[in-house]
Amino acid sequence: MIRKLVLSAVSGIVLIGVVAADVTAPGDVKVENLGISVALTDQPGDPAEGRKVFANRKQGNCLACHANSDLKDQLFHGEVGPGLDGAGSRWSEAQLRTIVVNAKAVFSDATVMPGFYSLEVGENVRKDLVGKTILTAQQVEDIVAYLTTLK
Amino acid sequence: MNYSYKLAALLSGVLTTAVLVAAPVEETLTVDEVDMISRAASAEGHPLPEVISGWHYRTDSTRALQTDSFENGGMLGVELGEEIWNTVEGTEGKSCASCHDDAAVSMASVGALFPKWHEESGKPINVELQINDCRVNNMGAEAYKFDKGGQKPLTAFVKHQSHGQPVTVDLTEGDMQQWWEQGKELYYRRTGQLNLSCASCHEKNNGKYIRADHLSQGNVNGFPTYRLKQGNLISLHNRFRGCIRDTRAEYPAAFSDDLMALEVYTTWRSQGLSVETPAVRQ
Ligand code: HEC
Ligand code: HEC
Ligand code: HEC
Repeated sequence: MIRKLVLSAVSGIVLIGVVAADVTAPGDVKVENLGISVALTDQPGDPAEGRKVFANRKQGNCLACHANSDLKDQLFHGEVGPGLDGAGSRWSEAQLRTIVVNAKAVFSDATVMPGFYSLEVGENVRKDLVGKTILTAQQVEDIVAYLTTLK
Repeated sequence: MNYSYKLAALLSGVLTTAVLVAAPVEETLTVDEVDMISRAASAEGHPLPEVISGWHYRTDSTRALQTDSFENGGMLGVELGEEIWNTVEGTEGKSCASCHDDAAVSMASVGALFPKWHEESGKPINVELQINDCRVNNMGAEAYKFDKGGQKPLTAFVKHQSHGQPVTVDLTEGDMQQWWEQGKELYYRRTGQLNLSCASCHEKNNGKYIRADHLSQGNVNGFPTYRLKQGNLISLHNRFRGCIRDTRAEYPAAFSDDLMALEVYTTWRSQGLSVETPAVRQ
């Protein structure tokens, strides 16, 4: 019994070591001057991966609301938000990170852009999604890395 | 039908990539040579300057299908509804026609005046629930389950009798005003992981494309609508549920108080538009 407890305590530490040390939880993200200057993960964002997450309808689905010439091979670009050509020149990396994490912190509470790494969500969230963010921290970093390439 | 859907998708594709000329089309809707009111002055207190039918936001080919009853796939549903109207069912040995006779006369304004206050239940009633009420209490038949049995075609048949008449909702009866208030509250309430309200899409962004969909004002005057995607009639509460589900939220049951309140409120927003049942949508 005691041995079992010790063992699970050890594996607990290992788990925390793997998950928590690298990733900032949604509630711990700090916004200063509209920017999030510290990356959400230790692993640098991968722009090629970010481009995929951006287009994927089940992940970023950013094309639902934004046109983006870099993805003109994809049909149907939405126009609810502004076109993102040049977004990497208009905004700093820290600001782009805030826009993707929680657009309300940059624009206003009235924005229709979802917060992709935020738990400030709407009412009656689908049961299996309660407490979950739309994107993972790594997917946010990948998208941010991709957005900085849109000059 | 399938072919024209593909054509519609193709056309809207061409439109979108050609940098989105997305205003609702300027054109008048005439069905079988009868003029419809597809743009109307908005009621006092309405947040939009003009009420515009969803028809104006659809592609050329989808719009064309609605101008001719022979091309409108929803008319098959209306015809099926007429058969049901004349069919005896239940322990009383009656059909709808046994009591209501010619629907063109007895149901002439029903589609334009529902939902309305229902004293017995102390709630608003819509056409689907009125049909169930008559089936249970006047025919000795079972209530239709949501979207099942003859519910969609019979509702379409009854509402089609008001084709062309302007949608009106009487908020002075019973507690209708309170239901309107509740519906309004729900219309602006953000739901789901995507944190969107009805207004986020249909008030703030109507006229714009969300991916391949040209956002309309979300008016209700065409229901049940004939959707090309499903090749079938789609009920209003099914549409409500689909729109709420798309915000990644749990969605209320059909005919629940929430969706009845939403029906009262959105019908008020659609006031003045002609009943288009069965409207053709993508
Ligand atoms: C439901 C629609 C919607 C979705 C989905 C959406 N956005 Fe937005 N986005 C907006 C709107 C609207 C704005 C403009 C801010 C405002 O007016 O509220 C915006 C603004 C932005 C901006 C700043 C635009 C500029 O150049 O000034 C960026 C960058 C951005 N979004 C990135 C994204 C990314 C990346 C995704 C996908 C992960 C995404 N958006 C998904 C609606 C959306
Ligand atoms: C035994 C007679 C009877 C039968 C059968 C019957 N109804 Fe009714 N129906 C009534 C009565 C009575 C009313 C209430 C009249 C009123 O209060 O205005 C009513 C009301 C209605 C109304 C509301 C009319 C309005 O102007 O508000 C509709 C719609 C309706 N019935 C549809 C149907 C349909 C569809 C069927 C067949 C499924 C049907 N009814 C079968 C007796 C019947
Ligand atoms: C994410 C955007 C979005 C949200 C949020 C949304 N809808 Fe929709 N809705 C659509 C799209 C897309 C369509 C199909 C194209 C159109 O008519 O706008 C649609 C269609 C409709 C229609 C059919 C219109 C017609 O002409 O047949 C109704 C009614 C409707 N929505 C009501 C609602 C209500 C009520 C809510 C809130 C509970 C809501 N919608 C929330 C995107 C949305």
